[in-house]
Amino acid sequence: MELTQPHSHNPASEIARQKRAEVVGGGHSFGSMTDKIAAIVLTSKTPIGWFAGFGLAFTLMALGLGSIGALLFLGTGVWGVNVPVGWGFAIINFVWWIGIGHAGTLISAILLLLRQQWRMSISRFAEAMTLFAVACALLFPILHTGRPWLAAYWLLPYPNTMALMPQFRSPLLWDVFAVSTYGTVSLLFWYVGLIPDFGNLRDKAKGFARYIYGFLSLGWRGSAIHWHRYETASLLLAGLATPLVLSVHTVVSFDFSVSVIPGWHATIFPPYFVAGAIYSGFAMVLTIAIPLRKFYGLEDFITMRHLQNMAKVMLATGLIVAYGYAMEAFYGWYSANQYERYMIWNRMTGPYWWAYAALIFCNGLMPQTLWFKKLRSNVSFLFFMSIIVNIGMWLERFVIVVTSLHRDFLPSSWGMYVPTVFDWALFVGTIGLFSTLLFLFIRFLPMIAIFEMRTILPATKEPSPEGTAVQS
Amino acid sequence: MNAETVERAPRRYGMVIDLDRCSGCGACMVACSAENNVPPAHPQATERTGITLLRVVQVKDAASRGVAFIPMMCQQCGDDTPCMTVCPQQAVEVDKLTGVVEQMPQRCLGCRYCMTACPFQARFFNWWDPEWPAGMETTLNPGAAPRMRGVVEKCDFCQSRMHAAEDKAAMEGSREFEYTPACVEACPTRAIVFGDLNDPESDVSRQARNSFRFLERLGTGPKVYYRSRRPWLRTLASRVGAPPKKENGNG
Repeated sequence: MELTQPHSHNPASEIARQKRAEVVGGGHSFGSMTDKIAAIVLTSKTPIGWFAGFGLAFTLMALGLGSIGALLFLGTGVWGVNVPVGWGFAIINFVWWIGIGHAGTLISAILLLLRQQWRMSISRFAEAMTLFAVACALLFPILHTGRPWLAAYWLLPYPNTMALMPQFRSPLLWDVFAVSTYGTVSLLFWYVGLIPDFGNLRDKAKGFARYIYGFLSLGWRGSAIHWHRYETASLLLAGLATPLVLSVHTVVSFDFSVSVIPGWHATIFPPYFVAGAIYSGFAMVLTIAIPLRKFYGLEDFITMRHLQNMAKVMLATGLIVAYGYAMEAFYGWYSANQYERYMIWNRMTGPYWWAYAALIFCNGLMPQTLWFKKLRSNVSFLFFMSIIVNIGMWLERFVIVVTSLHRDFLPSSWGMYVPTVFDWALFVGTIGLFSTLLFLFIRFLPMIAIFEMRTILPATKEPSPEGTAVQS
Repeated sequence: MNAETVERAPRRYGMVIDLDRCSGCGACMVACSAENNVPPAHPQATERTGITLLRVVQVKDAASRGVAFIPMMCQQCGDDTPCMTVCPQQAVEVDKLTGVVEQMPQRCLGCRYCMTACPFQARFFNWWDPEWPAGMETTLNPGAAPRMRGVVEKCDFCQSRMHAAEDKAAMEGSREFEYTPACVEACPTRAIVFGDLNDPESDVSRQARNSFRFLERLGTGPKVYYRSRRPWLRTLASRVGAPPKKENGNG
């Protein structure tokens, strides 16, 4: 290989070095970085904070399980859903969780194809977050049905000679295809990405863990042909996952938009839903990343540049979502359809005005603060913003589901929706499930892709002082 | 059953309800519940989680000080039936021979998509296990299967009665039969007329010509028609009313 000039005399190399420095700091070498990330998993001393967090998450999950028990034994009547509002918390939470599950694949697939290096340190746990969010989301449509014990397999599109079920015109069935495809591809992508790191951990671990990581690494030895196959598989999966990022929430939005109900029957739904999903997904990545980097001292890997970039994505998608709200209001008026007009008026001034007002505050006004670099660079503020956006996006689904249904066409069938303690317990329970899985993930799997991070270390591409280039 | 095995012409069952005759007595609601084995309300049921396949709704007009009662049930949409296309289980079908929108609880998952899609909110859910007071089970109608917890149900123009009439005709070697739904039979003022809309000579066809339907502009083609001489009542069908002072109205 041709020898290059030392970087201090090459301006292009200097700029590249500075850019890399922003996505990984602290002057790490291959060894120090690997040790730092792997130590979180391989240490025999689990921090007390981990136990506290896991205990809390597990308690919340148990609360959710209690709620599921009541639901199965007593019936859907324990929830607050009723005749005009036949869909309540279950569908709101389903859409919310699926939306959160968008960021992982976006970060790992689309940003991989766009060769964005800043994705590397956050992609692993964003993908894990996606999987856990999809798992939480999948609970809801099944438990939402009156007979979940049948729904679990009746909705599967198995071939049947009766030509009865499933009915392919129903958007609910499209959901089954969309979400299961997304879940499968996300899981594969995540696992394939983990294989080289499993190999790494196998080599470092001692005792029984060595066998487990060895089994999970599927015989990874890091040979050239392994890397070649790994790169090919990653690219293929990224190519497969990219359209899925757009398709999942598009299909979820069809659940609403193919209906005739005012407030649901809108062509703007697919892009508006996808933007909202990415928006909430990035907010959740921030909600998790900020405490994680602090607790485990990962500021060198999840740098300010990562946080700022995520804030910028939130600002961009937040603007699209705000445009969606404006268009909904505009078409309510412009359609000259009395039902549409009443729907938007009822949203703004009806009994659920507080939800709409809070939604506009959280998703319309607050993200505008991200225009300012000073606020984007403030970690505490970003954490606060991410919580605001999570609340805002949940409220968006609440407003869409509840305010559209509770007053639709005939005033004689109007009613109110009030969630019960069982609704809340199940919602909180899924937050518990999500957190429990996340705590287990942090403890037992490397939350940052070690081998990918090596490729962006300055040592990887910079020539050594003696003039020999180091290969990744 | 396919068209080749059927000898009689397809019917299109419909109803015409004369709102000027309806006194709001609720006899049709009681008859409907008894005929269809609707269980008594669960102790925890609210006025929005009960099962009333047929509801009599009270409406008022401030300007003319008018009051009317509107019996509302499944409007038996004929075209692009919103509940049918959204059902993932094909538990809703429009019978080609009668035009009745049928609900099959055995296939129903209970996803309630049909309930949210129905613009008339005429579908009801079994939120709890059906329970009858001791002894009352013996009074159940053997022609209508009680529904289990977790499924949707709605008015199907008393299919139980239709099947009984069909069976009786078959026993007599005929395919021609007539039947009357329970609400029609119970109405003391004869406000409800039921019959075949495909038969131009039938009462229901003649009365339907001078009537209106609710939410006609949605294009779902309901087969339940309403009549009234009162102009405010005729325009009510496509008007959004003011929000009721007390949520839930009189439904």
